[in-house]
Amino acid sequence: MSDRLPGFSTLAVHAGAQPDPTTGARATPIYQTTSFVFNDADHAASLFGLQAFGNIYTRIGNPTNAVLEERVAALEGGTAALAVASGHAAQVVVLQQLLQPGDEFIAARKLYGGSINQFSHAFKSFGWNVVWADSDDIASFERAVTPRTKAIFIESIANPGGSITDIEAISTVARKAGVPLIVDNTLASPYLIRPIDHGADIVVHSLTKFLGGHGNSLGGIIVDAGTFDWSTGGKYPMLSEPRPEYHGIRLQETFGNFAFAIACRVLGLRDLGPALSPFNAFMILTGIETLPLRMQKHCDNAKAVAEFLAGHPAVASVSYAGLASDKYNQLARKYAPKGAGAVFTFSLKGGYDSGVSLVSKLQLFSHLANVGDTRSLVIHPASTTHSQLDDAAKVKSGAGPDVVRLSIGIEDKEDLIADLEQALGA
Amino acid sequence: MNHDAYPDNYIRGILNSVKSIAMVGASPVNVRPSYFAFKYLAQRGYDMIPVNPGHVGKDLLGKPFVASLSDIGRPVDMIDIFRNSSHIMPVVEEALTLDPLPKVIWMQLGARDDAAAAKAEAAGIKVVMNRCPKIEYGRLSSEISWMGVNSRTLSSKRPPAPTQGMRLSLNRMSVGGGDTAASDRAAKNKSEQS
Repeated sequence: MSDRLPGFSTLAVHAGAQPDPTTGARATPIYQTTSFVFNDADHAASLFGLQAFGNIYTRIGNPTNAVLEERVAALEGGTAALAVASGHAAQVVVLQQLLQPGDEFIAARKLYGGSINQFSHAFKSFGWNVVWADSDDIASFERAVTPRTKAIFIESIANPGGSITDIEAISTVARKAGVPLIVDNTLASPYLIRPIDHGADIVVHSLTKFLGGHGNSLGGIIVDAGTFDWSTGGKYPMLSEPRPEYHGIRLQETFGNFAFAIACRVLGLRDLGPALSPFNAFMILTGIETLPLRMQKHCDNAKAVAEFLAGHPAVASVSYAGLASDKYNQLARKYAPKGAGAVFTFSLKGGYDSGVSLVSKLQLFSHLANVGDTRSLVIHPASTTHSQLDDAAKVKSGAGPDVVRLSIGIEDKEDLIADLEQALGA
Repeated sequence: MNHDAYPDNYIRGILNSVKSIAMVGASPVNVRPSYFAFKYLAQRGYDMIPVNPGHVGKDLLGKPFVASLSDIGRPVDMIDIFRNSSHIMPVVEEALTLDPLPKVIWMQLGARDDAAAAKAEAAGIKVVMNRCPKIEYGRLSSEISWMGVNSRTLSSKRPPAPTQGMRLSLNRMSVGGGDTAASDRAAKNKSEQS
């Protein structure tokens, strides 16, 4: 047995999956069952006590979901992962392990609008207080650190403008503060950026986007990098202290460098309940097999479309880090050399009205609130995903009234450009 | 040996070759990690010997406790030390008096004593620190994948349906790695505190 490292595309097809022991099925079976039979009472007790490897109930774990978990953990270079019902569920489960009521976490202001809402309102009601910082000003993260800070949260490629975050600089702030860095890697996917290689301690995804790739199944995932020491200073009692619900087990002592993923499963998913359907796990797994092929095509198409828009007289500006003239191009070359992603924004000289008109005239682009589909998508963030922000916050998060967001699919780029040309021209 | 990151082949070689394991610090309390690691390794076919002076006269899953390594009275292939870093050295020193010497000294997850490791290695004994043999067996066999853990191995072979007490194949293709920086730091902090 050699210790040779397989490449990314090999892992995308094989990691976590092997022929089914019972039937020999080569594709991962959909274990569409709620529960699993125990061998005997002793086996059941061992499973419930976290003492044996195995399945109990699909809210805690499922063999189809486990393949997805290992697959994404391998692609991200993490020690373990936990699949959940959505990207939002991943964020709740992660922060539940880290924050007590009254604690704080620092988040980059440029985020998916849904995350801004979740952090500002839902999490506030749990007593988890978000403190905003600006990814373009690393010192703003340092200034936001207080003794109650428990985590820092950023996106690798940030919604909606596709800007690239300096993960290493922010991970230095996190390390100095003694808190984990959480990176939402949804828009990059591990094909473009592996945040753990740049200092992330936890990676989260909406699997609904590029990883699934087809826009037909919701899902989310949490990847444990295995890099954070949870025992220091008693700051993370869920990981370091005896857990009464498991006979006084200490998760870090028992599970070492994948203790965080186990905490998310046995304290988060088990008790909060946002389990992923095994059917969705199967659909997303199928998508991941072609991630490297799709992601490259997404990026190549996005660059061609961005270049076309940048040269069009009706367009005021294009925000795409893959363009040489873009503010984030240096960071894109460093963090995402294969491509700067496929989600970006541009603004029209005609402002709000011409944005609305463009969306209505497009024939191939679909007007909807998702990204990372095989199909090209268009949305006007100011009136949809970011509509619950006030005007100043809209501009700060890159979703001003004149801004249109595109998610470029894997169609032929000539057809996408022709569609935009007819919609802009008339 | 670089004790920060073990090649899979090193761990695989140990788990494939040892037959008897004396577990120092084995606990009869069924919620302690040493108890369920002992039980798992016994179920996977290892000849397990519980070592704990506080429980002599009792047995652990049918195996009688002995007070110390020298009381075992027969050769053992591996010594698995379930003690804190600060209690490792005396156990290693006792192990070095055994005849024949054990082939492997394994220190549990969270436990690390580089001086003790150097002594054992100087005597030709293989050393593993800050790892759990149950986790490593589960990882190399991919049994641990049930918990979403990255086994860092691949296989296109159809495995036999696992039954109780069955040895599992550890000979899957390795994806490499083995770094556990965080748990190493945790162990280091603990030994500095003690």
